[in-house]
Amino acid sequence: MRAIRNFIRKYGWAYAFILPSMTTFIVFTLIPVVWAFIISFQKYSLVRGGQWVDPIYANYVTAFTMLNGIFVTAIRNTLFYTVFTVTTNILVGLILASLIQPLSHRWRTFFRAAYYLPAVTSAIIIGMTWAYIFNGQWGFANYLLRLFGFAPLRWLSDPDIALGSVTLSAMLTIPATAVVLYSAAMNGIPNEFYEAAEIDGANALQRWWYITVPLIKSTTLYLVVLYTIASFEVFERIYVMVPSGVANSTQTIVTQIYNNGFKDFDFGVASAQAFVLFVMIATVAVFQFRALQSDVEY
Amino acid sequence: MKKLTLGKVLAWFFLIFTTVVALFPMYWLFANAFTPITAIPPLTPILVPAFKLDNFERLLVNNKHYLNWMINSLIVGLAVTAWHVFFDTLAGYAFAKKRFPLRNVFFWMILSTMMIPIHVTFIPLYIINRSLGLIDTLWALILPGTANVFGIFLMRQYIQTLPSELEDAARIDGCSELGVFRHVIMPLSMPAVAALAIFTFVRNWNDFLWPVIALNKPQNYTLTVGVANMQGEFLTDWGIIFSGAALAALPMIIFFLIFQKYFLEGVRMGALKG
Repeated sequence: MRAIRNFIRKYGWAYAFILPSMTTFIVFTLIPVVWAFIISFQKYSLVRGGQWVDPIYANYVTAFTMLNGIFVTAIRNTLFYTVFTVTTNILVGLILASLIQPLSHRWRTFFRAAYYLPAVTSAIIIGMTWAYIFNGQWGFANYLLRLFGFAPLRWLSDPDIALGSVTLSAMLTIPATAVVLYSAAMNGIPNEFYEAAEIDGANALQRWWYITVPLIKSTTLYLVVLYTIASFEVFERIYVMVPSGVANSTQTIVTQIYNNGFKDFDFGVASAQAFVLFVMIATVAVFQFRALQSDVEY
Repeated sequence: MKKLTLGKVLAWFFLIFTTVVALFPMYWLFANAFTPITAIPPLTPILVPAFKLDNFERLLVNNKHYLNWMINSLIVGLAVTAWHVFFDTLAGYAFAKKRFPLRNVFFWMILSTMMIPIHVTFIPLYIINRSLGLIDTLWALILPGTANVFGIFLMRQYIQTLPSELEDAARIDGCSELGVFRHVIMPLSMPAVAALAIFTFVRNWNDFLWPVIALNKPQNYTLTVGVANMQGEFLTDWGIIFSGAALAALPMIIFFLIFQKYFLEGVRMGALKG
């Protein structure tokens, strides 16, 4: 009895302090994650509950084989979107951060704010603005094409180019986080490095390539992972830009999870697909962890 | 005077070009929203707005739910933010400064779920909220919203850097444990709390996928869900759609311009994506 009282006196406050957060975390995150894993091996009905499927991995097979392998197409579309978006985001972020670095404080603040403004806006509204740009009748993109004597395109309704248009819109969105984080990383590089290189006769471009770029490698790695995960999870942009799916040419992993889970209410298959997404993201994260272990210190 | 080299000219050209590209879609939305359009927008794009509010008037007259959506988004954002500001700081303090059995187990549990895509949880969350009768109410957004653990992690990292002497001094002066939290930890943590509050609010205001799953009736929508669905409802009146989207973007833009410093600080702490 006394032992319990002592325990409470010693640790009671600490447990009381974490109790509210831990309760909602366990009820609304931890249990759902474990439960989703169970459901991914079940046929789940809102009325009857879950029943194990036979064979136990059947949902995972169905996930990949249903509707002529539409999920495989969705993964391929997602990877297409990811490769182009992440590459462009990293390159543009690096170049913009490098270009604003030598500017005065006021200009740097101005550009960072201008780049960040679209990033605080909901992905839904950003997607809508791009849907207007790419509107087949009165969109700005077709206006430009006509202006230069080209035939207008059906940007978002032609199955051959709809995914490309959505990807292009993401490539043209300024990677604000990359600019801010690259700027912070560049500020952390000691000035002596540049002075030493200048004495050795390195020009500005050489100093950038041989000093700046290698020393911000860990930021690059972090950003690659951040943007890759965000691209794997792309949904809002697709939902508002190409709501019809354009003959399934713009299905992505999350649109598939959403359709199977909350349009067809096939919870088992949707959960299995969500865990496929999880494995993809975990793979990227493990890669980041391994790469960071061999990182430079200065 | 510094000389203007070709490199500098190219650099400025690139910076200005990217800024224009970055801001043009949003600018065009606002230009259209502030120009009276009752049907299909003109083939020659509107580049200079007429600065008229006709579209906004029609939006608020014809779309009787729009103000509901805004209020709903505000309620969810404020409720979830209030929770995180208080309880994440409390939990972050315990994880940062207190020793107790299973501390590392709990903390490891939190960290390991941060990598899991939120989409995994939606189906069980739907089942749980449905059995509690919360689907199609704002509770279905608020309760799961409180389960986000990033704030705990952020506050722990920040409070760890605070010196322990101040807490000890307060305790010697007879402060209770809650008193130490209120009078020492909370005031010292304000910079991190401000960043946490801002990005929690923005994240919830902009959230879409879970709200579109959890809400059914138009009057219960949040702003993002409502605006995304407006396209189907008012297909012949683009003025209403433009003004609806512009008005939905406006609060966050104003919010950002006022609290810019905290936003960019929040990005550096790993809080915001974009």
